[in-house]
Amino acid sequence: MRTNLSHRKERIDRGIKVRSDDIFVLASMRDLLYVILPKAIVILAMLILPLLKDVVGMYWLNVLVTTLVVILLALSWDLLASAGLVSLGQAFFFGVGSYIAGYLSFKFGWSPLFTIPTATLVGSIICALFLYPVLRLRGIYFGLITFALPLLLARLIEATKVLGGTEGMSALPPIPGMTGKLYLLMFVVLLTLFGFRRLISSNYGLVFQGIRDNDRAVIAAGYNIQWYKTQAVFIAALPATFAGAFVAHHFQFVGVPAFAMDYSILPLTAVVVGGAGTFIGGALGAVILMPLSEILREFGSLRVVIYSLLLLLFSIGLPEGLFKYVKRKYSQIERLTTMEEVKHD
Amino acid sequence: MIEPIIKISNLCKSFGGTKATNDVSFELKPGEALGIIGPNGSGKSTLINLISGFVKPDKGQILFKGINITGMAPHKIVNLGIARSFQMSRPFYNMSVFKNLIIPISSPRARKLRGGKYGDLDEAAIHLLEEVGFERDSQVPYKEAGALPHGYLKRLELARCLALEPDIVILDELFSGMSMSEIASVVPLLERIKKEGKTLIMVEHRLTELFKIIDKIIVLNFGMKIAEGLPRDVMTQDEVTSAYLGSEVKTGA
Ligand SMILES: Nc1ncnc2c1ncn2[C@@H]1O[C@H](COP(=O)(O)OP(=O)(O)OP(=O)(O)O)[C@@H](O)[C@H]1O
Ligand SMILES: [Mg+2]
Repeated sequence: MRTNLSHRKERIDRGIKVRSDDIFVLASMRDLLYVILPKAIVILAMLILPLLKDVVGMYWLNVLVTTLVVILLALSWDLLASAGLVSLGQAFFFGVGSYIAGYLSFKFGWSPLFTIPTATLVGSIICALFLYPVLRLRGIYFGLITFALPLLLARLIEATKVLGGTEGMSALPPIPGMTGKLYLLMFVVLLTLFGFRRLISSNYGLVFQGIRDNDRAVIAAGYNIQWYKTQAVFIAALPATFAGAFVAHHFQFVGVPAFAMDYSILPLTAVVVGGAGTFIGGALGAVILMPLSEILREFGSLRVVIYSLLLLLFSIGLPEGLFKYVKRKYSQIERLTTMEEVKHD
Repeated sequence: MIEPIIKISNLCKSFGGTKATNDVSFELKPGEALGIIGPNGSGKSTLINLISGFVKPDKGQILFKGINITGMAPHKIVNLGIARSFQMSRPFYNMSVFKNLIIPISSPRARKLRGGKYGDLDEAAIHLLEEVGFERDSQVPYKEAGALPHGYLKRLELARCLALEPDIVILDELFSGMSMSEIASVVPLLERIKKEGKTLIMVEHRLTELFKIIDKIIVLNFGMKIAEGLPRDVMTQDEVTSAYLGSEVKTGA
């Protein structure tokens, strides 16, 4: 006999939430699937996609490379933001990494095996040194300087004809093999993602968040916040300079386009779409934004209008970003459970 | 003769045309408790900002344990042993209350004093909250700090100072916005801090409670020190009653 009373709606995560708020105590296959499925799909997709050259085609694999690069820039952006530093010029970090890798390989014939790690490390130190003076100031100065630096450096290189001038440096050695390249990028993306998430929830990362929330109180606790902000810039620069160095060898070319506005706008849009403060948000945003932007390629410069519209739409309509929204909805998936089953919970 | 722990001489600071601090001098012995009073805008907070390094003086000198700290960076002054609270207590909004204390507890000074031993920082934070009157078993320490009522924020601010284990504690209007019972719960703690030998400087408008704790007061008016001494001596001086109490009665503060 089944009356209406014997049915009720139940949130799928109820069993988990009841038992613990943070640590999942998994009681059934269903619970296990609920927790693991989203992660499993992502990891599987990451593992399989690079192998599908014949199915997906080289063109879309290149789009995947660009997507992963934008993810790295978005992760870098989010770490800066966690210390209250709003970057309007991720292209600065990207370009510095690109040029160092390009120069080392163009001038001294270094292989990517050495140029990429060197450009990542030395590039991040250089970025931190460049930005050190503005880190003393509060407010919008960091944003303004990061906005101005890539433009300035690009013009400087064109005008002084150093580092290849307008022609740039070409015929750089490639990183062989698309599959390997993609796996390398994905490894770095995952490493950065988990590393940054861990870092920001540690006591050390708490200081960054403190500077964002109330810098005066962090000073009053005896911290040299300019020095901490410098460390934040250095750490955030690592994935971005890596991305720049990687792309230099991927395109086998470095030139002023390495400081292009795209590398600033795309990660920013990705974070706004996906949501700031979680790192995963920016990654999700990039995964949506980049293929979309490829499809819209035929619209040419109209694409900027579309980015701007997306920026507007999400910052007004969904300021928390897609990731937090989807996560909340996912935890609210309701299904019919019989009363029988509920009793077992 | 005990050396003063802090000696302030001829401190001056102007903002545009206003002389916020005008030739102020005083000194304190270790363990002494000083009250600073004066009408609104008389330069009390500015004096604290000068001592703690958040504002640089135009003239004058501040000696702390014989070290010249005039114009030193504020975080360095903290690490030497002067902690301060802010009149407007703003927490780290997006962190839970006890996480708010991790930052001062793991600060350079606190770490050095513990000799590099970390211990359970979360536990230390909860313990400190208990000292300033947060109930351990309540949910309050785990709430987001942005949602705290004013009186709790003030006590969190005090805990933040104490976490630094300072030699001098400077409190800018700790009592304002606190309820009578909240003040009553904090006064014994302040008395104990004093007994432990820490030097206290308190800016207050709540005179009755202030006079229970402090040994002497200075009165500021238009940035100038107009009186210094024992509360009962100072409060009967004509200049003080007209400058400070007069305005207090008039504004009803
Ligand atoms: N950063 C600043 N810039 C400009 N003027 C300032 C600044 N800080 C303080 N002042 C001015 O200096 C004077 C003293 O201010 P201060 O905040 O020290 O007074 P206060 O005694 O703490 O007052 P209250 O009792 O209201 O807290 C005021 O006239 C104030 O307007
Ligand atoms: Mg004040």
